[in-house]
Amino acid sequence: MRKRKFDLNALPAAAGNEIDDRLHAATPLRKLMNKVFPDHWSFLLGEVALWSFVILLLTGTFLTLFFDPSMEETVYNGSYTPLRGVSMSRAFASSLDISFDVRGGLFMRQMHHWAALLFVAGIIVHMFRTFFTGAFRKPRELNWIVGLLLFWIAIFEGLFGYSLPDDALSGTGLRIMNAIVLSIPVIGSWIAFAGFGSEFPGTEIIPRFYTLHILLLPALLVGLVTVHLVLLLLQKHAQWPGPGRTNYNVVGERMVPRYASKMGAFFLINFAVIAIMSGLFQINPIWIFGPYKAAVVSAGSQPDWYVMFLDGSARLFPAWEIRAFGYTLPPIFWPAVVLPGILTVLPMIYPFIEARRLKDRRVHNLLQRPRDVPNRTALGVMAIAFYVVLVLSGGNDIIADQFSISLNATTWAGRIGLLLGPPIAYWVTYRICLGLQQHDREVLVHGVETGIIRRLPDGRFMEVHQPLGPTDEHGHGQLEYAGWAVPKKMNRLGALVPTVKGFFFPVERPSRTPIGNGGRPVSTGPQGQRELEEAERPR
Amino acid sequence: MSTIGSERSHTAGAGDTAHHSGGQPDIDVHDPSLSRFELVREGARRDGVEIVHYAPRFPIPGTKAERRIERTIALLFLLTGVAGLAFVVIFVAMRFAYTPGTNSAKLFTPLLGVTFGVALLTLGAGIIMWAKKLLPEEVAVEKRHLGGSPPDDKKIMGAQLGHIAEETAISRRPLLKGALLLGLAPVGVAAVVLPIAPLIKDPHGRGDPLLHTGFDPEYNNGNPVRLVREDGTGIRPDDVSAGGQMTVYPGIPHGATNFWADSPTLLIHLREADAAVARSNLARIPLNAPTPDNPDGGMWQNFIAYSKICTHLGCPASLYEQQTNRLLCPCHQSQFLITDNAKPIFGPATRRLPMLPITVDDDGFFVARSDYQVPIGPAFWERS
Repeated sequence: MRKRKFDLNALPAAAGNEIDDRLHAATPLRKLMNKVFPDHWSFLLGEVALWSFVILLLTGTFLTLFFDPSMEETVYNGSYTPLRGVSMSRAFASSLDISFDVRGGLFMRQMHHWAALLFVAGIIVHMFRTFFTGAFRKPRELNWIVGLLLFWIAIFEGLFGYSLPDDALSGTGLRIMNAIVLSIPVIGSWIAFAGFGSEFPGTEIIPRFYTLHILLLPALLVGLVTVHLVLLLLQKHAQWPGPGRTNYNVVGERMVPRYASKMGAFFLINFAVIAIMSGLFQINPIWIFGPYKAAVVSAGSQPDWYVMFLDGSARLFPAWEIRAFGYTLPPIFWPAVVLPGILTVLPMIYPFIEARRLKDRRVHNLLQRPRDVPNRTALGVMAIAFYVVLVLSGGNDIIADQFSISLNATTWAGRIGLLLGPPIAYWVTYRICLGLQQHDREVLVHGVETGIIRRLPDGRFMEVHQPLGPTDEHGHGQLEYAGWAVPKKMNRLGALVPTVKGFFFPVERPSRTPIGNGGRPVSTGPQGQRELEEAERPR
Repeated sequence: MSTIGSERSHTAGAGDTAHHSGGQPDIDVHDPSLSRFELVREGARRDGVEIVHYAPRFPIPGTKAERRIERTIALLFLLTGVAGLAFVVIFVAMRFAYTPGTNSAKLFTPLLGVTFGVALLTLGAGIIMWAKKLLPEEVAVEKRHLGGSPPDDKKIMGAQLGHIAEETAISRRPLLKGALLLGLAPVGVAAVVLPIAPLIKDPHGRGDPLLHTGFDPEYNNGNPVRLVREDGTGIRPDDVSAGGQMTVYPGIPHGATNFWADSPTLLIHLREADAAVARSNLARIPLNAPTPDNPDGGMWQNFIAYSKICTHLGCPASLYEQQTNRLLCPCHQSQFLITDNAKPIFGPATRRLPMLPITVDDDGFFVARSDYQVPIGPAFWERS
């Protein structure tokens, strides 16, 4: 038998054919690769969360290989000498082992922790982007709700992970969680005993949190992230208004290779930043805190940053306890159970409230500039102000200490600030939005300030304005506002010499024309003179 | 890039693209005169995507500017290799075990982070530069379909769903409906109860743990429980100087461990003047008040003992301000006045720290007269 000639060049095509014969993938795959994505820096924020989550899965899997989620007492005998001979739970001892006796273990632990902090931060800024640009409107309400669920699951996932090492801080956090659960009316103590298996702390809670932390919640997160992304693909990404962009199209680049390679590279950069932070910046040094002991706590105990707003609300809420008929409703119920409940439900129904208020049943694929929706923007900033006051109050002891302020004064400042800050923030934001809107309209009507001051024959001075488009007989621009940035500086109109490219030395010859306009020289002769004169005609 | 890159700019007006992709007939893709890019564009068109602008970044290949970018990207990739190699070498070869003091092992994690980070950063930056500076620029427009499915499909789907309901005829067969519900109900209950029931524990079951601490004589064969240090040794009045305080635990087996997390107690030796104030305030709280057979009340001479577990959320309220006689909980800054039955005077706590009634036994050690008379720590619903 003659040996068949092997043609290397035909191999990809042959392999492709074989695969397609079985999977019938050519058409759907092409459709996916041709999918168009719009581009804007603000669309990166969600990716920060997504990639941090991937890093969490990778590093977390590594950590499970060495962590022992047991509350059984043991005596530490590892290489960290200051704690040798101290009795502690196996969870804490194995966390110390990961930090000191596993090669690269501390690096992995710190990456896991930094990635968790960045994960929640990424979710929050991504939600703000979605909120302020109106991306949650029809048809994307469902994905907004999925995102909110992801946010709360992420917070609980972080909280449970934070509790696992059984160090002094995480044990204190567990005790606070126990107290919060106890405050729930009627069934509080039953829920607490169901969770802890006994009175606090028992020996069950860390193994149970471990199951939740590495199995149940990650599975939920993976599932919901998948739903989130599939919905994004189905509904196509919303885009900013701009040339050629309408409610009926997506303008951008096709997914493969451009968008996909940028996304992949962004994953690497996200990973790189987390790796560098984890190498250089210490996070959660449990060996300094020591093992959890019910009687030990230190000043300046703060939770991870994303729980600080709840800690702040617990600090600010006044001592208002309801006691009636032999029953008690502890005050912590309001800031730690009711408040998060409101913060979950309110944003979830917001898209529907807004649509109802505006009687808006249309489909929106174009994003809005925050200034164009002053009411929503002001509401959002109001929420941020509320949140920031709570976060700052979560560290009011640090503030009091660092700035030598009375601790009690910081608490009162937080209480008053929580009531006064948000309305003020609303009003200020509303005014700023209106101001920005007005400025856009003004530039559209009167043109861009050129910085050229003219003295008129009667002695008046006046600045020459460059109209952005055709003008009417009064010299007023006739362009409509299009929901997108209005150029407000002459260099935005290409009126200045383009910057020469190159870092240390120019790679291009500088342009010879004194004033470039995208390569087209602007006349400075009599014609240009006339244009300038027309522009300054009294209006 | 070879074929696509050699294509010249394909620019069409962005405005008139919306109508194209739907109406235009498919072109014959087997036409040998078609270039590869024309096939790509046809594929995109069939997917509702119009490539309206496609132009190489460098119309003349091989210019100085293009080569410069190529060199930069190559340099980034080489840096990836260098940093990656450094990472591997450090990871494998460097000593990392903890040794006290300043030494090179402390650099292990920082070096891992920097080398790993630089490797990924340069790789990512190189890829992004490639995509943004070398790949031809492209503007593609994809059509969106607003609203739901085509009306025909909606109608068919409605009919289909209605037909399924009709096929099963659930509305016509009340017997089946009832039987199904009756059959499903226990299964549903089981599905809920099965995972939850084993978790349920009566919080007021054996020993009623929410109401009792390790100072309950019940855990000491009915004898009063001593106040002990963490190492289990008893405490004599002389061990705490005036104005001083000490964290004490119940003198029972494992009394100082987390098993008795409700029991840590703060034993305070008040100065004479403060003790007088505290004694005069005892009567305000009937539980702590002196009685004919116990003229000291909850205190013993100038000593007073309070639960260390904050009544707000259960942190140890352990910062003792000697000058103001306040106890401050560092978690949420509740403040308790120890000369007035540990009354909460600032912050979110609503309840006093419970007082542990103490005395000194025949051997001269502190003991608890009884357990705490009210539940310690954070409040809960059924706590009156």
